[in-house]
Amino acid sequence: MACMLDPSIPKQSIVSDPTSIAITRTSNKDRITDLLVRAILILCALIAVATTIGIVASLLLESLRFFQKISIFDFLFGLEWSPQTALRADQVGASGAFGAIPLIVGTLLISAIAMAIATPLGLMSAVYLAEYASKRSRNFIKPLLELLAGIPTVVYGFFAALIVAPMLRNGGDQLGFEIASESALAAGLTMGVMIIPLVSSLSDDVINAVPQSLRDASYGLGATQAETIKQVILPAAIPGIAGSLLLATSRAIGETMIVVMAAGLAAKLTLNPLEAVTTVTVQIVTLLTGDQEFDSAKTLSAFALGLLLFLITLCLNVIALRIVDKYKEQYD
Amino acid sequence: MTDTVDIRIPARSPRHRSERRFRLYGMAAIAVSLGFLALMVGSIVLRGTGAFQQAFVNIEINLPANKIDPDGTGDPLVIKKSRFGSLVKKAMRERFPEAKSRKEKRQLYKLISATAEYGVRDTVVANPKLVGTRASLWVRASSDVDMFLKGNISAEVAEDQRRVSDLQLGWIKDLHDKGQIEKRFNTQFFTSGDSREPEQAGILGAIIGSALTLLVCFLFSFPTGVLSAVYLEEFAHKGRINRIIEVNINNLAAVPSIVFGLLGLAIFLNVFGFPRSTPLVGGMVLALMTLPTIIIASRASLRAVPPSIREAAFGLGASKVQTTFHHVVPLAMPGMLTGSIIGMAQALGETAPLLMIGMVAFIVDLPGGVTEAATALPVQIFLWADSPERGFLEKTSAAIFVLLIFLVLMNLIAIVLRRRLETRW
Repeated sequence: MACMLDPSIPKQSIVSDPTSIAITRTSNKDRITDLLVRAILILCALIAVATTIGIVASLLLESLRFFQKISIFDFLFGLEWSPQTALRADQVGASGAFGAIPLIVGTLLISAIAMAIATPLGLMSAVYLAEYASKRSRNFIKPLLELLAGIPTVVYGFFAALIVAPMLRNGGDQLGFEIASESALAAGLTMGVMIIPLVSSLSDDVINAVPQSLRDASYGLGATQAETIKQVILPAAIPGIAGSLLLATSRAIGETMIVVMAAGLAAKLTLNPLEAVTTVTVQIVTLLTGDQEFDSAKTLSAFALGLLLFLITLCLNVIALRIVDKYKEQYD
Repeated sequence: MTDTVDIRIPARSPRHRSERRFRLYGMAAIAVSLGFLALMVGSIVLRGTGAFQQAFVNIEINLPANKIDPDGTGDPLVIKKSRFGSLVKKAMRERFPEAKSRKEKRQLYKLISATAEYGVRDTVVANPKLVGTRASLWVRASSDVDMFLKGNISAEVAEDQRRVSDLQLGWIKDLHDKGQIEKRFNTQFFTSGDSREPEQAGILGAIIGSALTLLVCFLFSFPTGVLSAVYLEEFAHKGRINRIIEVNINNLAAVPSIVFGLLGLAIFLNVFGFPRSTPLVGGMVLALMTLPTIIIASRASLRAVPPSIREAAFGLGASKVQTTFHHVVPLAMPGMLTGSIIGMAQALGETAPLLMIGMVAFIVDLPGGVTEAATALPVQIFLWADSPERGFLEKTSAAIFVLLIFLVLMNLIAIVLRRRLETRW
């Protein structure tokens, strides 16, 4: 009734006959605003797509320029990496070697160590939090674990180089091993700790999505809680857990700062975790920081490595997201 | 005849033990993870707190008027031009006349920071009355002396293995006995930029750089992130294009951060020609990186607004645009802001993409704007961590300490904001 008291509203506009309500058409002005707003919104949403296109285009273009200088087979299957560029054409070893295999092996070695740490710790933490912990301790422990994920990677890198690596080396000395001061083990171990929260929070979601009826059925048959977890819940959650482990692996492969600070620079083709190895990300950083001439094969090779890294992580992500999505639908 | 089966598990059976063991594994996993967290944060904080203090040496210094300000103008510009380095050295020679040979003198001068003369200069500029007097001033000790006083250099190590010589140890002891050397709160750490000398280096430049970068990042990513979310959640038809954008955003969230750095280098620097090493480019790269986080958080918070709000607005004759921007978005705003702050916190800790666009330069001056070369807090940490000097080790830990405090603050703000503004439907 407020409008009746409002003198600014002309009397005619008040519908006298309550059975007929006039619905006016939207004015042109409103339509134009509507269209404009929609256009702006679509533009914003397309920025994300444009970013992807930008990434692919820039990596691809620079990589193509690189592959004009160095053959793609030498890059993908070469066993030696020593990206010097010559100051003079007649210099010894002027061409440099751009074989990415040692870098890929180094990256996979460090990621494998990281996953070997993060998988059991993350998974068991998730199981404990989801199945055993009381609500109170869960509310206390979960944010603390997430804190591990919130710490910047440069801090992990500093920790790996300053504390983990010397600790390993001293421990190795006493046991009679020789551990390099920039060993794959130090970097991998620290990286493993960094991805524990990723594994645990993703697995936690997956385990919680397993329907209660499965647990009840298992308990009803007389199984203990551990037996239920090992024989019912984990098998039911396996696809989701696999997905989360793949995501974590992709994260480990793309991780930069820890390896830049704690892994080595020299590309050595080895699977020994006690030796120093280098990774794809370390090489990208080394190639692109400091003075650079933009047309040299050395600089361009960083983009080829970037493309390689992008493709590997993209594949892992796509597969992982597929698995996770598919699995979610099953119980929804 | 009753035939009962006892289904209880006997307390000492293997099944019972395996149950307990399994539970223990879970607790152990959490304990190990949290133990690592405690070890990391604890060791860094312990090492870092030392850097908040700095050793100072008291010297009696002659400030002759004929050398500093011959015309008695009191003009700061004139005073600034005079050479305080030789005056400081002279004061040191007077304090320890036993240093005779060149080698000994050089060791003597190394007790105090190479930048001590600037400290003296600034004091005199601030207080021109000191000109022509003999003043007692506290100057910055060198990093080696500082490290020795903090116990990071042991006197028991053989002389050729340590950075402080026996001669210097004697002088330090003499200064110490007379109360002419002491540790004070190191304000300079919070008020100056980077320096080649550990005792002089501060993090204000890096903090300003990070703040400018985050500002640019927020200005770019928040509006676009929120509007993208609004489009996807409220306007888009659930068709193929929408699906492509969605998959795209999810994948973008998992692209390694260094790849965003490569994008910034190739497109922002080489194609568009934006200035290298600046917060502008750094902020834009980080904005692209945090965009998926903001979009995902904003969509979740839009989804949490109940349909009844939209229906009520439509019922009163509001258009789609009006409904969305007058009613739905304001209600979803707290969630969007929380998500953005968490995204900003991630961006604050990000280092790798900034290395790619050249924010690793050694910069002494405080950055004055988004188009001036700057460095950021995590990059500063990286640079100092790389430095071989013992003094920078402590600074690195202290800078990490400061960075962690900023991160905790941002997360706390996000949590408080969520608690305060959260609406339960």
